[in-house]
Amino acid sequence: MIEIKNIAKTFGDRQVLAGINGEFQPGETSLVIGGSGTGKSVLLKCMIGLVTPDEGEVLYDGRNFLTADENTRKAIRREMGVLFQGSALFDSKNVFDNVRFPLDMLTQMSEDEKVERAHASLQRVGLENAEGQMPSEISGGMKKRVGIARAIVMNPKYLFCDEPNSGLDPLTSIKIDQLIKEITDEYKITTVVITHDMNSMMEIGEKIMFLYEGHKLWEGNSDTLPHSDVKELNEFIYANKLLRELEKK
Amino acid sequence: MTDAVWHLIHPLNMVTLGRYFIFLGTLFRNRERLKVYLGLILDECIGIGVNSVFIVAIVASFIGAVTCVQTAYNLDNPFVPRNIIAFIVRDSVILEFAPTITAIVLAGKVGSNIAGQLGTMRVTEQIDALEVMGINSSSYLVLPKMIGAMLMFPLLTILSAFLGILGGYLAGVLVGVISSEDFITGLRVSYNPFGIKFALIKTEVFAFLIATISAYQGFNVSGGALEVGNASTNAVTASCISIIIADFMLTQLLLA
Repeated sequence: MIEIKNIAKTFGDRQVLAGINGEFQPGETSLVIGGSGTGKSVLLKCMIGLVTPDEGEVLYDGRNFLTADENTRKAIRREMGVLFQGSALFDSKNVFDNVRFPLDMLTQMSEDEKVERAHASLQRVGLENAEGQMPSEISGGMKKRVGIARAIVMNPKYLFCDEPNSGLDPLTSIKIDQLIKEITDEYKITTVVITHDMNSMMEIGEKIMFLYEGHKLWEGNSDTLPHSDVKELNEFIYANKLLRELEKK
Repeated sequence: MTDAVWHLIHPLNMVTLGRYFIFLGTLFRNRERLKVYLGLILDECIGIGVNSVFIVAIVASFIGAVTCVQTAYNLDNPFVPRNIIAFIVRDSVILEFAPTITAIVLAGKVGSNIAGQLGTMRVTEQIDALEVMGINSSSYLVLPKMIGAMLMFPLLTILSAFLGILGGYLAGVLVGVISSEDFITGLRVSYNPFGIKFALIKTEVFAFLIATISAYQGFNVSGGALEVGNASTNAVTASCISIIIADFMLTQLLLA
């Protein structure tokens, strides 16, 4: 389980996060939603240690990530898998080497074990035939899937996805969402997804947290989302004309 | 101080200098296993060294040739022996042109490449991906570049010195400003082997400066393509300025 307690972050005189609290359970896909510039990505970066919050705690199964010693932080990091917004694949390595990279760097596995694990991860995301291709040669959706394969190759306990649908067509988006959901259920991972994709919210949002101007204004799930009485949330989810029409009906 | 001058030295201002030294410290903390670095260093030796042979060879040959012809043009006094031309070419090339001009050429080629590569990795979150995995990204990415540069620059300087003198010889003999015998005699006049050591010491310092300054500029990019371009420009500017400052200091320390 991941707990965040009173996370606050200010850049210059602009408060980006104002005391965010929340819990993310294993085997559950939790979504952090909100408009652009509301602090979603900063919250994610605080959780994975790329940004240090001014205040607050991030607990991974009770271990405080922010105050832990270097070895504990390393241990926690090795339990994390992260899918970045732009996939963040290494340009100089092919698909297979990108996926086996964490195994090379962080484990003492034999060559055969590494190859087997990397193959299995790529197979899990349906890319066993793209192993030799370079990141520049594959589509955006494939890059996301390679990113997911790299994120799960170490059998993580915690999976973070930063806008996994950005830049993808609706069909590919759905496939990526389903893949994330399946992996979360299969491995009982604690998954946190940052998104503003309405389809993701309805498809995989077992738990949803809505951020607005650095504040958490609402928490619920995909069933309660359409019936919220929070004005800012309703403006956000019904910004789309089609959804407005559906709501009226 | 005018804005233009301030802009020129901006990459070397004191805050940047302090951050640069902190950055250097991170290269040596929490390093990865030695085995990890060996392959990376070999790759960098090829990227930095082997791929720079052509440009270094061209520049060195022509600088030697031009030095020879210009020296001959300026030494038209019949009381000055012609072999002094070769003596001047040899010392100019070994003491200054081979290490310094080669370093400035490499600051442009290698420095901008390092800054551009790391800057792109930063803005595409590849460096974040390394850090999230618990890998010391600066050590993993920069240390091999620094070691690769420090291994290959001396070899390039030796090549540059050899080709510079050869270029001077060919130009002098072909243009007819000096005979082959006079040139070879001149090369042997007052030869001090310390000149080679001095050139190699300078080269090591220049290699360190180019690799680390360029890496620092690239590593600390934030933004997008425009900022990556600016980082490459700053890397070359700051590397060139630091090379000429270090050149003066080392000359004063080792030769004065």
